[in-house]
Amino acid sequence: MTFSNKNIGRRGLIKGGVALGAGLAAPTFFHSRSLAAGDGGYLNAPQGKSVTLGFNVPQTGPYADEGADELRAYKLAVKHLNGEGDGGMLNTMMIKSPGDSDPEVMFARIDADGNGNLSKEEFTKAMSMKGMSGTALKGNGILGKKVEYVTGDTQTKSDAARASAKSMIEKDGAIMITGGSSSGVAVAVQGLCQDAGVIFMAGLTHSNDTTGKDKKANGFRHFFNGFMSGAALAPVLEKMYGKDRRAYHLTADYTWGWTQQASIQNATEDKGWETVNNVLTPLATTDFSSYVAPVVNSGADILVLNHYGGNMVNSLTSAVQFGLREKEVNGKNFEIVVPLYSRLMAQGAGENVKGIFGSTNWHWSLSDEGSKAFVQSFGKEYGFPPSQAAHTCYVQTLLYADAVERAGTFNPCGVVEALEGLEFDGMGNGPTLYRAEDHQCFKDVLVVKGKENPESKFDVLEVVEVTPRAQVEYAPDHEMFAGGELGECNPGA
Amino acid sequence: MFGLNRNDTLLLIFVAIITFAAPILMNPFPTESSLAQFNAGYPDLMQRFVIFGIFAIGFNILFGLTGYLSFGHAAFLGAGSYACVWMFKLFGYNVLPGIILSVIVAGILSVAIGYISLRRSGIYFSILTLAFAQMSFALAYSVLGQDMFGLQGGLTNGETGLQVYTSDPQIFHSEAAPNLPHLFGLPMRETWVWEYGAWSFQFNAGFYLCAIIMLVVFYMSIRIFRSPFGMMLRAIKTNQNRLNYTGVNTRPYALAAFVISGMYAGLAGGLLSAMDPLAGAERMQWTASGEVVLMTILGGAGTLIGPVLGAGLIKYFENIFSKINDAILEGWFAFLPETIGDAVVWVLHFFVGKGWHLTLGLMFMIVVIFLPGGLVGGLVQGAKRLFGGRRRKNAPPPSASPTSQAAE
Repeated sequence: MTFSNKNIGRRGLIKGGVALGAGLAAPTFFHSRSLAAGDGGYLNAPQGKSVTLGFNVPQTGPYADEGADELRAYKLAVKHLNGEGDGGMLNTMMIKSPGDSDPEVMFARIDADGNGNLSKEEFTKAMSMKGMSGTALKGNGILGKKVEYVTGDTQTKSDAARASAKSMIEKDGAIMITGGSSSGVAVAVQGLCQDAGVIFMAGLTHSNDTTGKDKKANGFRHFFNGFMSGAALAPVLEKMYGKDRRAYHLTADYTWGWTQQASIQNATEDKGWETVNNVLTPLATTDFSSYVAPVVNSGADILVLNHYGGNMVNSLTSAVQFGLREKEVNGKNFEIVVPLYSRLMAQGAGENVKGIFGSTNWHWSLSDEGSKAFVQSFGKEYGFPPSQAAHTCYVQTLLYADAVERAGTFNPCGVVEALEGLEFDGMGNGPTLYRAEDHQCFKDVLVVKGKENPESKFDVLEVVEVTPRAQVEYAPDHEMFAGGELGECNPGA
Repeated sequence: MFGLNRNDTLLLIFVAIITFAAPILMNPFPTESSLAQFNAGYPDLMQRFVIFGIFAIGFNILFGLTGYLSFGHAAFLGAGSYACVWMFKLFGYNVLPGIILSVIVAGILSVAIGYISLRRSGIYFSILTLAFAQMSFALAYSVLGQDMFGLQGGLTNGETGLQVYTSDPQIFHSEAAPNLPHLFGLPMRETWVWEYGAWSFQFNAGFYLCAIIMLVVFYMSIRIFRSPFGMMLRAIKTNQNRLNYTGVNTRPYALAAFVISGMYAGLAGGLLSAMDPLAGAERMQWTASGEVVLMTILGGAGTLIGPVLGAGLIKYFENIFSKINDAILEGWFAFLPETIGDAVVWVLHFFVGKGWHLTLGLMFMIVVIFLPGGLVGGLVQGAKRLFGGRRRKNAPPPSASPTSQAAE
């Protein structure tokens, strides 16, 4: 096969010429991806009648249950944003943005029928909303564009999660990435979104670092964190178990486990407890008996399980099988504490969770308007109540959409501005603040206990105390959160 | 050309053309069509194709030539990644020093691991390498991820992965240089988009850097395959005992092959970090080591181009099939009557999305059972059957190296 004997005949020349001509006639543009013409100067600006969001959740691995529930919540949120279904929290959502202090804007929000005058109903409604207004969303998508989504599997691995998020940004043109059920993944994807220039709305991530040393301008977290768990839990634990206690920690060996353990240790030691030991367990561990066995003779009378998801189910079951809960040490009943609880985990651990204390971001049995609306539409769609992971993901999607609608643009910098310092209510956690300094939400924290007499298989937790927001607040430069910088918002152009 | 025979030159040119045209070839479907789901022509995935291609080419030098099956090559990939990110943290975002250091670090590590592991062969060698890799993983994941030497997050930053912070020294970083990995000012993230009719093709700077490097190391691998050194490695595979009895000391040869393939892995790791400056410990996990074994066997161990094909195929499944969800399936089969459509979706549901491993597993079984030579072996057989008559006249005598045929 040599190339020299290949003569180009007259026929070939004409054919080639026609093909070339056809090729040149087709519209051709060549441009740098980040500076596409006429798209508003930011990455992945939605071009057609729709906008694409990226839902990046664990579908395999130890947090797959949480991931599945998150995905359900996202699909529900998309439905509600597109004006399908009953609207869920869109009907109960109330917001107050620092940018709304302009009297014209405030009046336009209150004046629902837009006739320039306030009727008695409009006035009463405005008063009842305590200076807040309803959402700017109209149930016609976001800024009139229909919401579409793509999904991906994070595998609870930073690398896989980033690859999946990158394909959403580069291939599918996603303008916002959300999800994650592990803090390691959340931190990794948040960093990616900052570099790429899209917004990241964190899903279930409880590590202090997500809005501490790894905080980013393009990233936002609605979920609470380890410090808040400690601050809410410690007073209840002191009340229940007394001041003179010796705690043994088993801790999942990654950023979330470390910061939660440090937070709980700090908060309980302030109450007079002593920390006997802290043992790190790899995230992939399934058999915890070799970690639980040494607890028995350690002289500790409290076991703190800094585990989540499948890890917690296994370690708690192991601890109960060792008979720890029937033991008496130092003249006191041996107790187990699970600082971060979720209904999915409690269900997985079954009988073993009865009477065990922990904290949670949200629970479906709450009776405020927002929670009721969400539980109702989620239940109607899927036939069971949502988990806290589903709740935080649903709320994050709505908050993002509302911020875009108010900003009037999908430009990440506009969204950041609309979310920073935002106060909102009616979304299940009472009055909440998105703090501008670290993009962390501040709201009440629930202290819960495994229910002794559950009425259904979903009714496994009871709320012991709603810890008010003031008690779990901290300064942005608190030592557990120090070391990072938000940086500048990045629109990717 | 370049000291290669005609067939190898043609192969190299063919691979070069395919690689450089990849942004177009990988995007056969118009952007708005429903088949766009299967397009793979976006920067991240194309980078992965060539980077894991490099990884598999290197692995093939060890496994394909000497027959030593290492289950620990991910350790070198990970070490290379960490080395590259550390260069970013210390000296700034130019990728060249990082890539060079990643090769050096992986080389040193592979000398250490290879020196010990190669004292055994067969299954014991595999287990030793697996043990070393898992040890490296545990070190990176946990021990070296704790705060140490006054470094927050230690050497590896544990499960979160090592990343660059604004507070890092980056002593050669200047205001003019981009604040992300770049090659003398050209950001790796830079992508030019060519809108052609309904199609849109993405030409990414990082991808082309990786592609050029892959072609260079692919050329080196061809030279190794054809060299007396490569012949010696094949002899080790065929019968190491006989070599020893004839007085040849085989261990230096095996160690050299091990170190070369370790450096290839380190290069791949460094490139991964250069494209995306975060190094995670899971790159060192045994699943990552197993993946490269799968890639090599799937494509055809001992063939030149096979590992690259295998790498591409596995990465394609991981990134494309895993993103097909039930909603997309329902969209495809909406034209069917509802009950039949639901049934089809229910069946396919197990093979896409989170079930992509199942599809890959089935395909792997089919290849191993029906195409023992891997995909390339199958292609060569098929070609022979098709052009059998004509080929026989030109074919070299059967005594010539069998692998050189398989490589075509």
